[in-house]
Amino acid sequence: MSTFPMNTPMQDKRQWPLYEIFVRARGGLDHKHVGSLHAADATMAIEHARDLYTRRQEGISIWVVASKDITASDPAETDSLFEPARDKIYRHPTFYEIPDEVKTL
Amino acid sequence: MSASSARVDAPALFHYVLRLGDLALVLGQRLGEWVGHSPALEEDLGLANIALDMIGQARLLLTYAGEVEARGRGEDDLAFLREHGDYLNAILAEQPNGDFGHTIVRQVLIDAFQLELYERMTASADERLAAIAAKSVKEVRYHLRYSSGWLVRLGDGTEESHQRAQAAVDALWPYTVELFAEDELDRSMADQGIAPRLADVKVAWDRRLDAILAEATLKRPADRPHSWHGKRGQHSEHLGYILAEMQHLQRTYPGARW
Repeated sequence: MSTFPMNTPMQDKRQWPLYEIFVRARGGLDHKHVGSLHAADATMAIEHARDLYTRRQEGISIWVVASKDITASDPAETDSLFEPARDKIYRHPTFYEIPDEVKTL
Repeated sequence: MSASSARVDAPALFHYVLRLGDLALVLGQRLGEWVGHSPALEEDLGLANIALDMIGQARLLLTYAGEVEARGRGEDDLAFLREHGDYLNAILAEQPNGDFGHTIVRQVLIDAFQLELYERMTASADERLAAIAAKSVKEVRYHLRYSSGWLVRLGDGTEESHQRAQAAVDALWPYTVELFAEDELDRSMADQGIAPRLADVKVAWDRRLDAILAEATLKRPADRPHSWHGKRGQHSEHLGYILAEMQHLQRTYPGARW
């Protein structure tokens, strides 16, 4: 299976590298991908992310990851990767009888 | 008006609060000039964020100044309808943006000043100033992180960025002396516990600047005596251009709101 480092064609010596930004909205929640931005390094990426993505109180924690360090699945292989799961609906836990007493599941 | 300000000399407190408020206002206006012109989209937002924080601090301070003065002037009257000689900011704030390095150096010098000043002012005998300082100090801590981070990158960067950063430090350093030049007003505010002693602020500022400049591999220029007094309303011609732009709308359409 082939994989693709993200944004390889975009790498330009004159431009800062791209970073993917993840923000945690509240304690207990996971970090969610919110977008990307350019920065000279990870420290600057955090500062830019603070200014770009948390200016309206969107978060309490920021992760940044260099886009080039993210390996993505190959869009051309979508069928072979994801199609086989389509007819296996029994993997969803929808066939269980839930007792009435259980309120939150 | 807070309880404590009733006891102090109101005109003196008014002028002292204007010094703080005008420093923030003029610097915020200057930083706003970068919007749409920054070297990168991300820096455009970074500088605009700092500019907005400055305007926010100016609003709190000028509103308070208007209450202390008790002549019915609000934040907008004080920001937009005073004359050149009525502004009491140290003239470092009104120095032109220059290149990005100049803007960053000016920012480091003022951020470090505001940080050391506000940190101490959170214990002010004037409750209102203590509250404004407590709110502002969090913003300013971030500003200094941003500006000093950039100064280190520029100073310890390429040959050209180093040379330009050093040129900016050399050009702007002389204006820092005024920040700490204690006059009768500063002294009286410190005596009443309203403001910290500028000498204490200076010691802490020196320590901070020495560390930042060392990391940025930049040389610290010598302090020299100065002959201007922005804190008393004697400004460089630069302030006139700032006011022309900033006040244009209110002067043309008095009372305009949006």
